[in-house]
Amino acid sequence: MNITRETVVNSAVLALLVLVPVVAQLRGDPFTITLATKVAIFALAGVGLNLALGFGGLISFGHAAFFGIGGYVTGILASHAANYEPLFDGAFTVNGTQQMLLIWPIAIVVAGLFAVVIGALSLRTSGVFFIMLTLAFSQMIYYFAVSWPSYGGEDGLSFYTRNQFPELNMFDPLNYFWVCFTLLILAVGLSAMITRSRFGLALGGARQNPQRMASIGIRPFWLSLTIFVISAMMTALAGSLYADLNRFVSPAMLNWHMSGEIMVFVILGGNRRLLGPVAGAGLYILAEHLLGQFSDYWQFFLGLVLLAVVLFAPGGVIGILTRRRGDV
Amino acid sequence: MSEVILEIHNLHKAFGALQATQDVSLTLRQGEIHALIGPNGAGKSTLIKQIAGEIRPDSGSIVFAGQRVETWDAAARARAGLARSFQISSVMPDYTVLQNVVLAVQGAQGRSFGFFRPALSDRHLTDPAQAHIAHAGLEGREGVTAAALSHGERRKLEIAMALALQPRAFLLDEPMAGMGPEGARQLTPILSELRTSAPILLVEHDMDAVFALADRISVLVYGRIIATGSVAEIRANPEVRASYLGEEA
Amino acid sequence: MTLLLIEQILNGLQYGMMLFLMAAGLTLVFGVMGLINLAHGSLYMLGAFVCAAVAGFTGSFWLGLVASLIASAAAGAVIEVAVIRRLYARDHLDQVLATFALILVFSEGCRWVFGSSPLFLTVPAVLSGAVTFPGGLQYPLFRLVIIFVGLAVAGGLFWLIGGTRLGVRIRAGEADRGMIAALGVDISRLYTIVFALGAALAGIAGALVGTLQSVQVGMGEPVLILAFVVIVIGGIGSIKGALIGALLVGMTDTMGRFLLPMGFAQIMDPAAARGVGSALASILIYLLMAVVLVVRPQGLFGART
Repeated sequence: MNITRETVVNSAVLALLVLVPVVAQLRGDPFTITLATKVAIFALAGVGLNLALGFGGLISFGHAAFFGIGGYVTGILASHAANYEPLFDGAFTVNGTQQMLLIWPIAIVVAGLFAVVIGALSLRTSGVFFIMLTLAFSQMIYYFAVSWPSYGGEDGLSFYTRNQFPELNMFDPLNYFWVCFTLLILAVGLSAMITRSRFGLALGGARQNPQRMASIGIRPFWLSLTIFVISAMMTALAGSLYADLNRFVSPAMLNWHMSGEIMVFVILGGNRRLLGPVAGAGLYILAEHLLGQFSDYWQFFLGLVLLAVVLFAPGGVIGILTRRRGDV
Repeated sequence: MSEVILEIHNLHKAFGALQATQDVSLTLRQGEIHALIGPNGAGKSTLIKQIAGEIRPDSGSIVFAGQRVETWDAAARARAGLARSFQISSVMPDYTVLQNVVLAVQGAQGRSFGFFRPALSDRHLTDPAQAHIAHAGLEGREGVTAAALSHGERRKLEIAMALALQPRAFLLDEPMAGMGPEGARQLTPILSELRTSAPILLVEHDMDAVFALADRISVLVYGRIIATGSVAEIRANPEVRASYLGEEA
Repeated sequence: MTLLLIEQILNGLQYGMMLFLMAAGLTLVFGVMGLINLAHGSLYMLGAFVCAAVAGFTGSFWLGLVASLIASAAAGAVIEVAVIRRLYARDHLDQVLATFALILVFSEGCRWVFGSSPLFLTVPAVLSGAVTFPGGLQYPLFRLVIIFVGLAVAGGLFWLIGGTRLGVRIRAGEADRGMIAALGVDISRLYTIVFALGAALAGIAGALVGTLQSVQVGMGEPVLILAFVVIVIGGIGSIKGALIGALLVGMTDTMGRFLLPMGFAQIMDPAAARGVGSALASILIYLLMAVVLVVRPQGLFGART
């Protein structure tokens, strides 16, 4: 049946993502491992956005804000720890940290708080207003990061060592890949669980017919806000991992191009499909790598490909491979 | 007479200069079908929307099951047991029949923030949903997506969803619209049986169905109720004949 | 101090007028066709590039201006027919993605054709120099010209929408698409005209601003987002809203950047004040937008939905 067909495609996508870095390790090719790690991280950001965009029907064009907030939280905590400067020194002292297990929850919570405010304001509207509002709020954070001098402003913020994870050497590229990959799998599992739950059922209803929801006693606003926040938190975790991959954060992570790219991962792979963002991110990085070799203007061709996908292949890559229109 | 479940007093609603609802009062009693008829543009839908909580009346009161509800939003009224179907079929098109009804059961239970257990393997949701699907005459169609249903089946799905709310009153807005004579004949006994679950305020254009089903009829013309009474009384009422039935003929 | 303040007010006005040229096209296209067009900033960029290239080649700013007008209108018509037309019936998500793809194509295409280094446009001699106001304020003539162009376009648009046959059709299209089809109006031609008109306005804005800043790839994007803020504040589909919104945003941004650092300098040391002040000034218009939305979610002049 169709379902098994999508399962086959999904398994192939994951197997490929694991196989590439393992083979690269055997061949002593750390660059390819880093590319695969990048795919896993972008895919995680996409899995986050897919919850709001695909399953919740909330066209957020501002997820770069959460990606960047995750990145900046990581960069700021790490650089304070590296320089032995407390973050806050008054009645009590708050220090930075280089422990990923501490950094991740902080990044997630901070982004979640931003998402509550941005979501609550943006969800007062719908449709095209919602798109523009999420875009505008993320640009607000972008411009703030550019003009706030303490953490590098326009130039961004470097931290020179990768943060630490108990019992694992994070400087080994393959180890870091496994960390990112594991988090990606957890996020996919969480998405699968959420979309099948009572909450997911109601969310899908709110996406299809918000007016009808009120008449069965459910207010769509709280469903939408909840999924927006969960989605932002996943994307923020990806941002934290991305900062650690590069040991650098800059306003580029907050820029609207980033929002557009995360959206492209989701759509290229297949909107509302659990592993769509993984396939999408993989293709994107592959395209960047291959097209980038034969033309400096590879984004020109990427634009044409994306245009073709939107106009002629609405189900994305997984949609083409399984020949099935998206449903829940 | 039996207990009154829904009581509307002196409802007014104007859109600019247009008086959509003028001083409307009506009651819905336990066990009855109270039909609301009137020519197009008489304000029937506007009245239903005010009762359901989708638009706010300018003045007047709505008492439902002993509580003043005119300031509540639609979701709160639905949860209090006021179930409504829509003039134009309004279901979740990508969901199956089962998913649609499970969703309505879940709405009635008021628990939509469960994140862990799959909804479709939760017997607390699926058992009642199956019963409502059977009740509405859709047995065997559980796995079909709503978009693939026939028009008449979608109407039945609406009724199954309304049943799932375990309502204390139904607001049915033209449940037979677009069904054709055959579909209307099929739906009539289902609606008639429905009144044993909860009383129905029925807006309907199909006069055969109204005269067959209604215990009482109110006639709405230009936002005003010009007569309320039994089928025989309404048929005999000269004002109704002049202003409404006359136009129809 | 007063002179400086008046100068900043004029700058705010000029900035607002430039934003209006952008926002007017966006809001028309959204109001009439229901389309969210991210590539609007690319047409602005295209206008600036064509103006700079033609002016550089011929030595005449005026020829450049005319060329940018023609090029952006033509580009608008071409993408409307080739791409945008297929998007009217799609949902907003497809519109966002397709026009995002167009941005990539336009930006990289411009880099390909014109190179990566910025181009520069010089103000024609007639319009260079400054005007001296009574009281001694000197203000660049060209910025005043931009203000007047903005006012003229606003007047022209109000006349077009309110007093011409095309305007009647545009308003009918906003109200009810099926209706104008029933009346026998060629909708696809109307849509192409409206889209090309919006594109031309963006192109002029780009050409004019190109004389104040350098002309480079990506210059359209910040302006595009501000134009979105403008129409969210003003209300989607309303030209009047676009005008008022643009002036509000232009003024708020300019005065914020001018006054906030000065204000903070009263309470902290000047270097820190500059940092805090400019960081806050950069988010001021977004705060303005948030406030407007809390009070009136449909925007100042938007129709209640």
